[in-house]
Amino acid sequence: MADLSVKIKDLDFKNPVMTASGTSGFAEELNDFYDVSKLGAVLLKGITLKNRDGNAYPRMAETASGMLNAVGLQNKGVDYFIQHIYPRIKDYDTHLIANVNGSTVEEYIEVTEKVNELERISAIELNISCPNVKEGGMLFGISCPGAEAVTREVRRVCTKTLIVKLSPNVTDITEIAKAVEGQGADSVSLVNTFLGMAIDAEKRIPLLSTITGGLSGPAIKPIALRMVWQAYHAVKIPIIGIGGIMNAADAIEFMLAGAAAVQVGTAIFKDPFIPLQIIDGIENYMKRHGLNSINDIVGKLAL
Amino acid sequence: MSLKEVQNLVIIENTPLNATNFLIRLVSIKPLPKFVPGQFVNVEINNSSEIFLRRPFSVFEINYSLNSISLIVKILGRGSKKLTEIKAGESVNLIFPLGKGFTFPIPNERILLIGGGSGVGPMLFLAKESGLNPDNVHLILGAKSFEDHINIDDYRQFGNFYFTTEDGSLGERGFVTQHSVFQNKLKTFDKIYACGPDAMMKAIAREAKKSNIFCEVSLENLMACGFGVCLCCIEPTVRGNLCVCTEGPVFNINDLKWQI
Ligand SMILES: Cc1cc2nc3c(=O)[nH]c(=O)nc-3n(C[C@H](O)[C@H](O)[C@H](O)COP(=O)(O)OP(=O)(O)OC[C@H]3O[C@@H](n4cnc5c(N)ncnc54)[C@H](O)[C@@H]3O)c2cc1C
Ligand SMILES: Cc1cc2nc3c(=O)[nH]c(=O)nc-3n(C[C@H](O)[C@H](O)[C@H](O)COP(=O)(O)O)c2cc1C
Ligand code: FES
Repeated sequence: MADLSVKIKDLDFKNPVMTASGTSGFAEELNDFYDVSKLGAVLLKGITLKNRDGNAYPRMAETASGMLNAVGLQNKGVDYFIQHIYPRIKDYDTHLIANVNGSTVEEYIEVTEKVNELERISAIELNISCPNVKEGGMLFGISCPGAEAVTREVRRVCTKTLIVKLSPNVTDITEIAKAVEGQGADSVSLVNTFLGMAIDAEKRIPLLSTITGGLSGPAIKPIALRMVWQAYHAVKIPIIGIGGIMNAADAIEFMLAGAAAVQVGTAIFKDPFIPLQIIDGIENYMKRHGLNSINDIVGKLAL
Repeated sequence: MSLKEVQNLVIIENTPLNATNFLIRLVSIKPLPKFVPGQFVNVEINNSSEIFLRRPFSVFEINYSLNSISLIVKILGRGSKKLTEIKAGESVNLIFPLGKGFTFPIPNERILLIGGGSGVGPMLFLAKESGLNPDNVHLILGAKSFEDHINIDDYRQFGNFYFTTEDGSLGERGFVTQHSVFQNKLKTFDKIYACGPDAMMKAIAREAKKSNIFCEVSLENLMACGFGVCLCCIEPTVRGNLCVCTEGPVFNINDLKWQI
């Protein structure tokens, strides 16, 4: 029988399919459709130290094979999360991973220290790649010194598995991946959204309140896939592939390019069942190809 | 049992109601969950690259014995146009039930329901389900012209109907807020419900607020998911930015931060 389990650092995942941060709420919303314990992991909505209202409406625009968003990390802050949301979700039998954000290194550290205390949070995904906030976020993720500084400081305090989420808005993804690996990241997840823009020609106005926003969905898949491939050859830590994954074939492509696991994001808006369909599809693929373990796929691109 | 479903439904009717609105009736092979007027479904139009996301539509009519859902769809852009072109017999994928519906009136209350354009649908649904004596249910329906109104004969039994048109071709000339019932009898109502263009709902909200009458409106903010995971559909409220898809689409006007 095909074994779908994967290991990242010391964590064992039932399968390599995770739902991406900001596209799966706090897991409860997906649990309205099906039992989230079937998922490899749920990456929770990005949290910050203090309450953030996020950006003004409109925050989204549909684009060809994808969408732009400018949510801007709306959340009620880490303390609210700990008091009100964590108790409701902590018993889901899957890995819950906190997506940690900050506008300064100190904020990232403070949020990490608070999340350290939560037994049922398996790992921290350090988001240094949000394109929709004025301070922090992507500013850390687009330069090696910035990415190194925040990873180093958070690594010092972080007692959990540390995943660093990379921005694709860089010239060379391998430099950033190597930089965070050098500072003790256990894994890198890539990619976050691409900075983009949409305009209403008739009204001559931008479609987003923030003018620019983050592009996601199938439109970005080939670029994300290329970046995963490049990163795979640059670092030794496991890679979590993200970007426009809509079906099992997409997920397998990312794994062949070197991803040890994948995250499904925007596809969930189309159909919240897609992550489960991908799990089944991967199992099917393994059976068809006579593969016993996920390791038989990861990085196994024939050249 | 899951609280929300993703299901393929078969279109059994897709017919023009008037110049801009279509009636789309879909059937499920399974019993439907209970819908409250004001709740909506999120429809996948197809997999073409230009219509990537689903489109939300309020429920107009439910027939629990036939397992059918009807929608009133106004042609606005590429998605709604494509939806109205799908032939009977084909199936489309829906997510439902979504959002929170209108607050039901309590027995013996007098209610005023105001609908504009495709917003007429949820108002007719509420009139039918209100449980009130029809004498206490009053509806003002507004449109540009006679041709833009839909035939409501099947609903006359549930309440008293008034019409407005901008050109005066049916009912009173002008906007819904200029109708004599709205102008002269507003204070006789315990609850006002509205669904339609923003400008219409704001004009209604302004008067309801002045007269301190309970008033709920149904918002149509742009949505990516429709079930609370993306935080794209937010509306500023006295409780902060709330998702229209999960905390709405129906809101009490006192909770909204409308400049009215
Ligand atoms: C909860 C809810 C219930 C709804 N119920 C109904 C209903 O019962 N009947 C009905 O006909 N419509 C309803 N709508 C509106 C409907 O969803 C939109 O008309 C539809 O999504 C437009 O898609 P489109 O592809 O045709 O337009 P697009 O091609 O996407 O857009 C055309 C133009 O209209 C603008 N636009 C698109 N959607 C909206 C919107 N929601 N608000 C403001 N501007 C918009 C776009 O920015 C663009 O300029 C509802 C919306 C919501 C959120
Ligand atoms: C509406 C929306 C909100 C998002 N919010 C977050 C977030 O809070 N933190 C984060 O790290 N990434 C966030 N992302 C990025 C996704 O997690 C993912 O990296 C990106 O969308 C690319 O994957 P996809 O094409 O599968 O969606 C968000 C994406 C979308 C579309
Ligand atoms: S549309 Fe996604 S949260 Fe409302």
